[in-house]
Amino acid sequence: MGARSFALSAASVFTTPARPQDFLRLVNPLSSARQLRGVVTSVTPECAGSVTIAFRPGHGWQAHEAGQYARIGVEIDGVRQWRSYSLSAPAGQDPAITVTSVGRVSRHLVEHTKVGDIVFLAPPQGDFLLPTGPRPLLMLTAGSGITPVMSMIRTLLPRRADADVVLIHSSRTPEDTLFRSELAMLDADHDGFHVVHRHTGTDGRIDFTTPTDLEQLCPDWRSRKTYVCGPAELLDDATLMWRQHHVEDALSVERFETALLTDASGTGGRVVFEKSDKEADADGSSTTLLEIGEEAGVLMPHGCRMGICRSCLVPLRAGQVKDLRTGEIRSDEGDLIQTCISAPAGPVHLDV
Amino acid sequence: MTLTTEETKAQPTLRSHTAPTTRRTGVLPTEGSLLERPPAAAHLSDEDVRRLGAELDAIRDEVIGSRGARDAAYIRRMIKIQKSLEFGGRVALCFSRYKPAWIAGTGMVALGKILDNMEIGHNVLHGQWDWMRDPDIHSTTYEWDFVAPARGWQHTHNDLHHTWTNVLGKDRDVGYNILRVSEDQPWQKRDIANPIVNFALSFVFEWGIASYDLEWDMVKAGYKSREQFNDDLAALKQKAAKMVVKEHIALPAVAMLTGSGRRALGGAVAANAIRNVWAHSVIFCGHFPDGVDYFTEEMIDGETRGDWYVRQMLGSANMSGSPLFHILTGNLSHQIEHHLFPDIPSNHYIKIAPKVRDICRRYGLPYTTGPMGLQLASTWQRICSLALPDDFDRKRPVASLRAAFAR
Repeated sequence: MGARSFALSAASVFTTPARPQDFLRLVNPLSSARQLRGVVTSVTPECAGSVTIAFRPGHGWQAHEAGQYARIGVEIDGVRQWRSYSLSAPAGQDPAITVTSVGRVSRHLVEHTKVGDIVFLAPPQGDFLLPTGPRPLLMLTAGSGITPVMSMIRTLLPRRADADVVLIHSSRTPEDTLFRSELAMLDADHDGFHVVHRHTGTDGRIDFTTPTDLEQLCPDWRSRKTYVCGPAELLDDATLMWRQHHVEDALSVERFETALLTDASGTGGRVVFEKSDKEADADGSSTTLLEIGEEAGVLMPHGCRMGICRSCLVPLRAGQVKDLRTGEIRSDEGDLIQTCISAPAGPVHLDV
Repeated sequence: MTLTTEETKAQPTLRSHTAPTTRRTGVLPTEGSLLERPPAAAHLSDEDVRRLGAELDAIRDEVIGSRGARDAAYIRRMIKIQKSLEFGGRVALCFSRYKPAWIAGTGMVALGKILDNMEIGHNVLHGQWDWMRDPDIHSTTYEWDFVAPARGWQHTHNDLHHTWTNVLGKDRDVGYNILRVSEDQPWQKRDIANPIVNFALSFVFEWGIASYDLEWDMVKAGYKSREQFNDDLAALKQKAAKMVVKEHIALPAVAMLTGSGRRALGGAVAANAIRNVWAHSVIFCGHFPDGVDYFTEEMIDGETRGDWYVRQMLGSANMSGSPLFHILTGNLSHQIEHHLFPDIPSNHYIKIAPKVRDICRRYGLPYTTGPMGLQLASTWQRICSLALPDDFDRKRPVASLRAAFAR
């Protein structure tokens, strides 16, 4: 036991049933026993509708690796809302996210965040990471998909003189290109870094049905370890092409969206939330266990709400559930269920 | 959000046992008819009751729709004040060999406990703040400064008391199994001690509630499993031990450093007693003053949503006072509004009270309220007079008591 946790458990004798952190919060807003917090240290405009928000996390944060993401919670109208964001700061430094004003949480972050605000955090996660050894790299990004790659570039270039990175970034116009001036500077300063901008407003999108476009932009693409991040179409097109040319293993994909089955009726059933002592009836539609629980007032663990981050895992006690992406039925007792993409398939007992 | 290990380890609290008759499930119907309405509502037609229900539903919907950042700021401010009082009070008690420090410390700790139990704890545990999705103030994770563990209390209070408000034999809060509070409870010999039991209970109220929540009588009657009882008892022992160590050992031990050990112990005991007497008084004024009605199980057979609302209004009593007074009672001074809508944020009760009162006036229903002193006097008067058998003869007190005990 470290000195800090020893001191906290000693102090809890005087604060029970509250935690010492509940009192420390009177002087330090980052202090919390239940929920990691961070304080916003800067808000920098990037381009129209995008800002970079940097924050200092409280005790318990693990430094992130380049390319990872974290779930960020903000309070909107008194209600805590969570979304996942790639961390754009270099590995090991205080985290920063670059947010584009699309969707309720992002719009709130872009329009209302001030220095000194408190955000809620979950530990960084994700395996969209730099290779362990030196390899020539190709980064294929579009729109805000550049954010995890930016963290990689910012991490790699200052540390490795032998870095060899080509970045092909698509954006609609030069004006809505994130990190434009910084990328130009990095390109000028580092021999091993080359940036190619593709402005889809004038040049159109990169055509992945044949390698022609790509061969022009990066002739040795086949020999490079490639990272792709952006809209689902880009990811699908790239995956298909790399597969067709038998270089699939060299491709790492970061996916931010998941398509649910169009007709994915879970068939419904009564859901019992055991620890919360709450019950709810689910109709035959594709309402997820997460939504059913939240509607019933259960404090459901949740994160990205699209089946990626796995922070919504809850043990199944009994019954069966249907995965709305694949249609797979799961019924093993003790199985951890992703409640944000699962619907009840009959009566279900959850350990939450 | 990610659950911490501590939360994942939380005791499962699924309770399969129910009160002697079947449990109510789902939403009550809006249409329907009671065999016989309670006397105070006998003049209402089914249609009147349906409309009254719809009016109250509309009030509820309006509040639910208006919840937002201001409410969040309100409860956070309460928590901040509560934590400051508790911390400041305990620091002061560490120097309590100086009399002003003893008075300030005892007062602040008592006030902090009152805020924790009433405006924060009671209401958080009702789920009034669940919509914020803040694990620090959520009904499934909050634990209060009261020896009764929160999860067990939620069962006897939220589930049993609020569903069966003032229904004899179903709402176990009617007299808490040890007091006679209604003429409809048959007189027993032990009721002669009613005033003494109630007086003693007021000082150790939290211990009374803690043992009441164990529902020993339900175990004996076979409605609660021995296993569940043992789990509840273990949870209580664990919590009570921590609370006793905090109040009566750890704090005085630290205060000994300044030679204030005994005084600090005295301050802690006094603060707990003040909190207990206050909580007891406020809670007893909610359902036991004159003007409050009790119901039998037959009277709620076929109850509609509107009739349920009517029962909540007839079965509860308010207290008038200043905004600060309402906060110190946890807004249980708005007991009527609280019983109509137990899960809307407590700071809204003061705003909807005039509307509820207006509904009562328009439908010719009583809206029982008064200053705390009067409501308390009325409650005590009832407790004292119900100590005596119904056929007690004031002119021949000794003889009629002798006759009652001989039965």
